[in-house]
Amino acid sequence: MTMSLTLSIPLTCFVPKDSSVNSPRYRVFTVTCSSAIGTPALGLAERPWKVSDARLVLEDGSVWKAKSFGASGTQVGEVVFNTSLTGYQEILTDPSYAGQFVLMTNPHIGNTGVNFDDEESTKCFLAGLVIRSLSISTSNWRCKKTLGDYLAERNIMGIYDVDTRAITRRLREDGSLIGVLSTEKTKTDEELLLMSRSWDIVGIDLISGVSCKEPYEWVDKTNSEWAFNSRDRETFHIIAYDFGIKHNILRRLASYGCKITVVPSTWPASETLKLKPDGVLFSNGPGDPSAVPYAVETVKDIIGKVPVFGICMGHQLLGQALGGKTFKMKFGHHGGNHPVRNLRSGEVEISAQNHNYAVDPASLPEGVEVTHVNLNDGSCAGLAYAAKNIMSLQYHPEASPGPHDSDYGNGNPLFTYMLKCDDDLLKRVKFLLYCYSGLSVCQPIFFFFNLSIYCIKFID
Amino acid sequence: MGHCMNHCDYLSSRSILFSSKLHSLKSNTFRLFSGSSNRLGARKAPSFPAALKLRPWPTQFGRLENPSYRANTVRSEQGFSGEVLGKALPRVGKRADLKKIMILGAGPIVIGQACEFDYSGTQACKALKEEGYEVVLINSNPATIMTDPDLADRTYITPMTPELVEQVLEKERPDALLPTMGGQTALNLAVALAESGVLQKFGVELIGAKLDAIKKAEDRDLFKQAMKNIGIKTPPSGIGTTLDECVDIANEIGEFPLIIRPAFTLGGTGGGIAYNKEEFETICKAGLAASLTSQVLVEKSLLGWKEYELEVMRDLADNVVIICSIENIDPMGVHTGDSITVAPAQTLTDKEYQRLRDYSVAIIREIGVECGGSNVQFAVNPTDGEVMVIEMNPRVSRSSALASKATGFPIAKMAAKLSVGYSLDQIPNDITKKTPASFEPSIDYVVTKIPRFAFEKFPGSQPILTTQMKSVGESMALGRTFQESFQKAVRSLECGYSGWGCAKLKELEWDLDQLKYSLRVPNPDRIHAIYAAMKRGMKVDDIHELSYIDKWFLTQLKELVDVEQFLLAQSLSDLTEDDFYEVKRRGFSDKQIAFAIKSSEYEVRQKRLSLGVTPAYKRVDTCAAEFEANTPYMYSSYDFECESAPTQRKKVLILGGGPNRIGQGIEFDYCCCHTSFALQKAGYETIMMNSNPETVSTDYDTSDRLYFEPLTVEDVLNIIDLERPDGIIVQFGGQTPLKLALPIQQYLDEHKPKCASETGNVRIWGTTPDSIDAAEDRERFNAILKELKIEQPKGGIAKSEADALAIATDIGYPVVVRPSYVLGGRAMEIVYSDDKLVTYLENAVEVDPERPVLIDKYLSDAIEIDVDALADSHGNVVIGGIMEHIEQAGVHSGDSACSIPTKTIPSSCLETIRSWTIQLAKRLNVCGLMNCQYAITVSGDVFLLEANPRASRTVPFVSKAIGHPLAKYASLVMSGKSLYDLGFTEEVIPAHVSVKEAVLPFEKFQGCDVLLGPEMRSTGEVMGIDFEFPIAFAKAQIAAGQKPPLSGTVFLSLNDLTKPHLEKIAKAFRGLGFRIVSTSGTAHVLELAGILVERVLKLHEGRPHAGDMVSNGQIQLMVITSSGDALDQIDGRQLRRMALAYKVPVITTVAGALATAEAIRSLKSSTVKMIALQDFFNVESEAASSKTFTTVQRATSA
Repeated sequence: MTMSLTLSIPLTCFVPKDSSVNSPRYRVFTVTCSSAIGTPALGLAERPWKVSDARLVLEDGSVWKAKSFGASGTQVGEVVFNTSLTGYQEILTDPSYAGQFVLMTNPHIGNTGVNFDDEESTKCFLAGLVIRSLSISTSNWRCKKTLGDYLAERNIMGIYDVDTRAITRRLREDGSLIGVLSTEKTKTDEELLLMSRSWDIVGIDLISGVSCKEPYEWVDKTNSEWAFNSRDRETFHIIAYDFGIKHNILRRLASYGCKITVVPSTWPASETLKLKPDGVLFSNGPGDPSAVPYAVETVKDIIGKVPVFGICMGHQLLGQALGGKTFKMKFGHHGGNHPVRNLRSGEVEISAQNHNYAVDPASLPEGVEVTHVNLNDGSCAGLAYAAKNIMSLQYHPEASPGPHDSDYGNGNPLFTYMLKCDDDLLKRVKFLLYCYSGLSVCQPIFFFFNLSIYCIKFID
Repeated sequence: MGHCMNHCDYLSSRSILFSSKLHSLKSNTFRLFSGSSNRLGARKAPSFPAALKLRPWPTQFGRLENPSYRANTVRSEQGFSGEVLGKALPRVGKRADLKKIMILGAGPIVIGQACEFDYSGTQACKALKEEGYEVVLINSNPATIMTDPDLADRTYITPMTPELVEQVLEKERPDALLPTMGGQTALNLAVALAESGVLQKFGVELIGAKLDAIKKAEDRDLFKQAMKNIGIKTPPSGIGTTLDECVDIANEIGEFPLIIRPAFTLGGTGGGIAYNKEEFETICKAGLAASLTSQVLVEKSLLGWKEYELEVMRDLADNVVIICSIENIDPMGVHTGDSITVAPAQTLTDKEYQRLRDYSVAIIREIGVECGGSNVQFAVNPTDGEVMVIEMNPRVSRSSALASKATGFPIAKMAAKLSVGYSLDQIPNDITKKTPASFEPSIDYVVTKIPRFAFEKFPGSQPILTTQMKSVGESMALGRTFQESFQKAVRSLECGYSGWGCAKLKELEWDLDQLKYSLRVPNPDRIHAIYAAMKRGMKVDDIHELSYIDKWFLTQLKELVDVEQFLLAQSLSDLTEDDFYEVKRRGFSDKQIAFAIKSSEYEVRQKRLSLGVTPAYKRVDTCAAEFEANTPYMYSSYDFECESAPTQRKKVLILGGGPNRIGQGIEFDYCCCHTSFALQKAGYETIMMNSNPETVSTDYDTSDRLYFEPLTVEDVLNIIDLERPDGIIVQFGGQTPLKLALPIQQYLDEHKPKCASETGNVRIWGTTPDSIDAAEDRERFNAILKELKIEQPKGGIAKSEADALAIATDIGYPVVVRPSYVLGGRAMEIVYSDDKLVTYLENAVEVDPERPVLIDKYLSDAIEIDVDALADSHGNVVIGGIMEHIEQAGVHSGDSACSIPTKTIPSSCLETIRSWTIQLAKRLNVCGLMNCQYAITVSGDVFLLEANPRASRTVPFVSKAIGHPLAKYASLVMSGKSLYDLGFTEEVIPAHVSVKEAVLPFEKFQGCDVLLGPEMRSTGEVMGIDFEFPIAFAKAQIAAGQKPPLSGTVFLSLNDLTKPHLEKIAKAFRGLGFRIVSTSGTAHVLELAGILVERVLKLHEGRPHAGDMVSNGQIQLMVITSSGDALDQIDGRQLRRMALAYKVPVITTVAGALATAEAIRSLKSSTVKMIALQDFFNVESEAASSKTFTTVQRATSA
């Protein structure tokens, strides 16, 4: 049973550029949603495998024969590879992947099916999934559905039986490539290639497509089964700007006892400040930070008034708001094994990463400190600006998927970086006092990375 | 003579290590079970102050031991003190205060502790030398690369006992001792040295793991407590010393089934699984009786739970990374070394995996392994995900070796560097060079490891897998998918399967009950039972119910059966390019395809190549292609892009030995590595091909290029086609590559491929396959011997039972019978009568014209001689070494002790042997190594028993004994150099004596006899070197785990064949002050000879009998030869097994008894001195150059 429908998916608001003249064009793609295609009963002599029925055409001109699963149709997106060995479901539902084809380097995907605990948002925002081998069965006590069914229901295209390593090597050499994925036989390779070459992700506001539309309160904590750190002491009020926020950030904050209000990306700074939060979080999100000048303005209006914290896109927006520049990386960081050094403590964390843009630390103004560095390529992985109570991380301390190294387990709220960063207690205390007196909000000192009871005791 | 060692027993190793602890357990057994109230008590216990004060929230697994956190928390309780925080950051970086470091090796290869520790020790030596440290190495195993004199500064091939190692410590005075590279042996030794205060006395620091950490991880009780401290569950268990205590423990655990493991028994005697109360009581009673200390461990059964392993590394800066996750296909209940395992874990979601990761990190910190690698094993309940930790090894382990090979991350090398102070981020990733080692490898392929077993070598033992490891080797394979890697791993095993399924298997004939039993009870062939069950239409669900194997794996296998069904309906011409790709991507070999479509491997290959379907080689790079890696560590797949990028250089392909097995082990890997080193130095690019993850040869930096591939015709030809090397070397990997020599030669003759360096055609180097065949083919070989007038024992080839009887009558009993083309003496037996011969032909082998049986005269009481010789292509031959066996001919040469130089052989016999060996090498056109075995009868007649024109098991031993690397020379000779070019022109007869002793695995195999025979059963060997034979022999005995007693009682029981020697043996021991005890027959003979003897009853004669004396510790040494009488045989066997259990040395040959007496005499009069290998040769090169023997014969025709 197949039904065909035309829908305007969030991606249709992109401004594709023509390969030669960069003239803006709008495009609506047809996505055919099909229910799970049951394998026809096989006679013994029939081939017990599916024949190739899909193509992935990359802008470098390469055409990859593949087999489709999930939805069918034609889709265009930026191909990025992710080296995580686990967590495909979290990746599928991470809004930061909007507009991208995620290629998983781990060959077997779908082994544990999907469940309803491991979602990072309510939807799948990515453009498609490229994998080496689709699991023919699932095995996990939490599994509720197969990956194929799940993607089909959500209109996401997937392909398998492609040499993902070969594509990864191209991405590594050439940088992220635009690709077109199609199950439509009527389209020629040339057409698809043209399509890929007339599309660009740079400068496109993907955030408005993934952000929530109205503010809401978040209450869910990390499920006790998976809880690795938790704390129920003080309650802090946090406003989280949703640029495509991963639910685990919210769950972790809630687990640490925070009261969270999630607001849309366009939520005015003045409204935020009116609520007198203990801190503001700028979340992760998809695409190019330069494409959302309004968000940068919001950040500018908030910093210095309330302690702020940024993750991923939030980090980049903070970088821009502080006057720094962001640039597109060759192929970005996508995976769960990136070593990051905390420059003040010297410790190395294995971190979860997912970003294509980075902050150029050289462009940052005086006083802003690079606190974390990605050891693989030396890129900036964290910033702090003590004078304005700013702290941000390029990577994902909330993990999901990924290691929990960055979720420090000493009872403090999620992002206890200042604790980790300050190697000199006096300095910290001075800083605290400064924060204390300098803040118009006479709340107990909350620095996001709450400085835990003893500090407060000390100040008292 | 051979001895047993048992290092890695599940329970006993720990028990032995902490035996004092075990005894004290009696009082506090129930502490574990008294719940949370006790826990509070424990919190106040002074032994855990740090862990307890620091953790306000017990369920956290974050940075519990994080220094800055610790400082903070402490301060919150004590107020600010200021300076604590200043110390928060540990100082890291290479330590300058250490100059000299001692590394402990693992000793002989035993089951559970194989050549993976040569790999780790070698890496450690290299890494520490690279850092400029002086390295002292102790290892009793001569077959290792690490004991090569140039790897360490000071190499001691000496017994690894605390007393003797203390001597070395005193002599060398190292600054530090690294105990984590040599498996359980090294760890136990380090604990003994630390506890006795020796380390402190000599100011030696333990690096890599501290004593406390080792104890916490190894002692069951401490470990459980530690896990409790951090809120991680362990399987509920307890140790009971009476039945009542056991019942209490059972009640505490609360549910059946329960596992009962007696302490201090070998091979789990008296243990079992109880499913109900009656069974429980029966087994407990048996267990308590069987245990030497009357202790049994009662444990909740986690049978059927999923089993995972994580390889963890930690540095001194407290950075922790996980190198690899491994999932066992065989669920809990089978030792992980005996399980089929897959990396990375396949059936965990991120949340589940991260939980295991968090646990592993917390565990390594709680146990306190400061730096280095550890291995943590988990059980996961498949129905609800409940996690329990099973055990952790605070050292480099077999799994670490596997993880290193699986990911490309050199765990041992890194662990060595971490132990001298580096932090992970200070070391570059070896493979990418640009990124730091502080990361977690991501892999984009699937790795499957399958163990290899040798139950057929141990008749009487049941081929059942339990929690005690029994496999003797393993193969590993990489593929892009599980199916591909699994099939490759199956065919890498060389057990006669060319993959999984697509073959006529015995299991297909089984009835359903038999199949179900085989699915339910883990055994080596369970995967084939799964195949047969699936072919019969059994559902995945049903197979899962019986075997508990995860359905994900079963479904993958089911698909392979579906593909086979499809192929069965095809013919070769039907198959399209796409079909080939689909099938090959699922790992099917050409041979399997040929079987299914009723064609030949050759035709399938032709068709496949004509369609352009060739393998694409992918690289192993630790990072899933994220970064560029130039390390050429490759595996085949049938994906799109080939990354191998072969060069145009002069190059050689070296074929390795495949999985370890009895008769083909580390010795051959040693030869392969040496070949690679020598040819690299000579300017060749070396390409290694092997499938054994335990070895040094499969290290990516041993050769210029490494293909981790099965050693089959198909896979080798694929690589020849791709690489087109100048030479292919088949001589060094044992039987595995030799069997491939003929097909490769045929292929080369047919296709005449040009080599990539454009200097001619691809050739097999060294002795031609035709010559190898000439030596192996009985008839051709006999003709050559006749021509050269070389004597051999009378014999014949029997093609029927009648033939056999006729030949036996003709040559006279006793005779040696064996199937033609045997490996390691498989199914070889000495037969004394017609009856026995018929029994043998009926039971052991099938005899028919296709499979003839060889029958030879058995030379009673003959001395056996092993000769390794080296010949070049110019016709020069040099004897490498002549070894005299201690045991008489008839004991497999691999199982017998031997010495260099010879001890008792008259020079005339040696001359005959030299001249025959040289003639034969020339006649067979040997180029490279040749091994000959001779027998010298009492009357001084010399007979040739066997000649093998290839590297033999003894090459590493001989090389170390004479101080010349024979395998290196041989490889250079094969590349065209002459022995004169190498400067090796004369036989070296060293002034010192080297003795090799075999180590046998009988303890692992319940119920089999320990007598030595023509079938090889040893797993490893040790070496003793000294200037005197008796001391060298004693050193070898001690190293093999059988320290000769200096006084006490000897039990003598000799059979009629050996009775003539009885008097001599008895006198020797009497002369040393031993009392002699014997049973009636032997005692009678001794009494007649006027020797004082005490009589004791035989086991079947009533009590007290000899067995009682053994268990009462009244016997210190036993000499028992086998007897013809059936009842005596049972008795003898039982007695020998008892001796094994009570660790009383057993000698089963006359020669061994005499040598032991001599050794005891020397031990009594002088002390054993530890001498470094380097010293033997430095001394000799000055003093003994005149002692060499001229044996080279100039080529006459060259």
